[in-house]
Amino acid sequence: MKIAVCVKRVPDMDVRFRIGADNVSVDEAGLKFDINDFDAWAVEAALQLKDKNAGSEVTVISLGPDVVQETIRKALSMGADQGIHLKADKVPFDGLAIAKALSAELKTGGYDLIFFGKMSPDSSNGVVGPMTAELLGLPCVTAISSLEIASGKGTAKRELEGAQEIVEFPLPAVLTVDEGLNAARLPSLKGIMAAKKKPLHIKPAVLEEAQIKVRKLELPPERKAGRIVGEGAAAVPELVRLLQTEAKVL
Amino acid sequence: MANVFAFVETRGTDVRKVGFEAVTAARMLADKSGGGEVHALLLGPPGIAAKASQVGQYGADAIIVVEHAGLANYSPEVATATVADRIKSGGYSAAVFSTTAQGRDLSPRVAARLGVSVVTDVLSFEIEGDSIAVRHPMNIGKVIATISIASKPAVIAMRPNVVAPAPNAKAGRIENAQPAIDPATARVRVIETRQGGGGKLDLAEAPVVIAGGRGLKAAENFKLVEDLASAFGNAAVGATRAVTDDGWRPHSDQIGQTGRLVSPQLYIAVGISGAVQHLAGMRTSKTIVAVNKDKEAPIFKVADYGIVGDVFEVIPALTEAVREAKKHH
Repeated sequence: MKIAVCVKRVPDMDVRFRIGADNVSVDEAGLKFDINDFDAWAVEAALQLKDKNAGSEVTVISLGPDVVQETIRKALSMGADQGIHLKADKVPFDGLAIAKALSAELKTGGYDLIFFGKMSPDSSNGVVGPMTAELLGLPCVTAISSLEIASGKGTAKRELEGAQEIVEFPLPAVLTVDEGLNAARLPSLKGIMAAKKKPLHIKPAVLEEAQIKVRKLELPPERKAGRIVGEGAAAVPELVRLLQTEAKVL
Repeated sequence: MANVFAFVETRGTDVRKVGFEAVTAARMLADKSGGGEVHALLLGPPGIAAKASQVGQYGADAIIVVEHAGLANYSPEVATATVADRIKSGGYSAAVFSTTAQGRDLSPRVAARLGVSVVTDVLSFEIEGDSIAVRHPMNIGKVIATISIASKPAVIAMRPNVVAPAPNAKAGRIENAQPAIDPATARVRVIETRQGGGGKLDLAEAPVVIAGGRGLKAAENFKLVEDLASAFGNAAVGATRAVTDDGWRPHSDQIGQTGRLVSPQLYIAVGISGAVQHLAGMRTSKTIVAVNKDKEAPIFKVADYGIVGDVFEVIPALTEAVREAKKHH
């Protein structure tokens, strides 16, 4: 099988973000970056298929500045075979612009499956996978939490609000990965050494002018300091009174 | 003055609450831009047409009903083709979807087919001259972006629960339509929709969410949380990632950065310490209550009201008190 996985380098979210001087970007000073969790699960899904299907090849693609090569190398150290860096000064917020640049590269690859994470936590928009599928005219299943591939067909499960969908699709197809599909493997020392020698092709990304633009970033208002109503079950009547008379939610 | 399109989400033969929210949001957009019409579209199996008139009560001038036996389950390809065709021919200034599993799947496909971009998880919107500006959370809600949408139509997907469905009776003239492609020819097929937990309220739609964490100590103790939810009568039950990773609750119940995002009127955190990844999924709740035995737990920093104590004592007492309070209403 020929499998592609599109991955994004994202900052660690466990910090207090600062807005950059331009007011439209996050100050990156001091942030730690790694592969998006959902994308790591997408890489793992591709590698599990590769493990089961001899002769398979997994290509990892990332769009962005030179630093995204670290993210591609991480996926190569997990076991992917080659990388493609679509070089761009920055990653735009506009999902269609990204999808167009990716589909221009993907359409010539002859891939049986193209994986994406279902979303990235930084832009939190979650649209690039299905948009790319639409541009490529390929069947697409989003946010899958289980996957079986057999004889040119796939079956996946999607979590809905209070329900699940069981979905069948033909290959080639585009899949976006939700949490719960798998646990991503950690790169082994041998994998890290091997990754250094794996091919990483660098090409310019063809990015159209964005139709949607981030005009301003702000930190959300701090929640006003709450209060401890009391200790133990004795505090329950006071809590109920506050929920009724102050918060008016009961 | 331009017309606005609203996609009304259905499941089986039911219109979902987010569908009414989408129509309400479309009505607000149309009114703010000088009073165009709102055209709502819904797809579903036979029986869905009977529900269509409900949509007119929330401000739809026209309701396009696509009823077909092949649409008992969501069909992404039929929905994409049908909705994109309608938006293309309708010349709408904006198209409103919902940020749900279905809306997250459908809105980017439709937008790509229209050659425009899309913003999901929209918290609010403003008309600015000829374009629309929306607020959208980034970096798990730690940053709020204002995004200008220059494209026509502007395609947005609203976060559930940020626009309350507002009764606003309009003509709601019904227009029956056929799917743009035969459902039998779709490549991607949902062969089954498994309902979880029979009719229980969904996390994203429930006005009250009760969530449990490791502090409950064992899967069976979620009964305390379930009992409190049933005392409210309008509550859904959620969980932290630690709990779903341990298999105490299904992954679909996980509230947090990689799970569900909720903004209920009331959020009660039971035995939850308040890890960053959990707070990302619930910090926009209107009122937050936390019950935890550790008074230093980070959850108390975001909670409006906290009780420091043993959940096994506090929650049954709270359940009883809520039941009493509900009786007198």
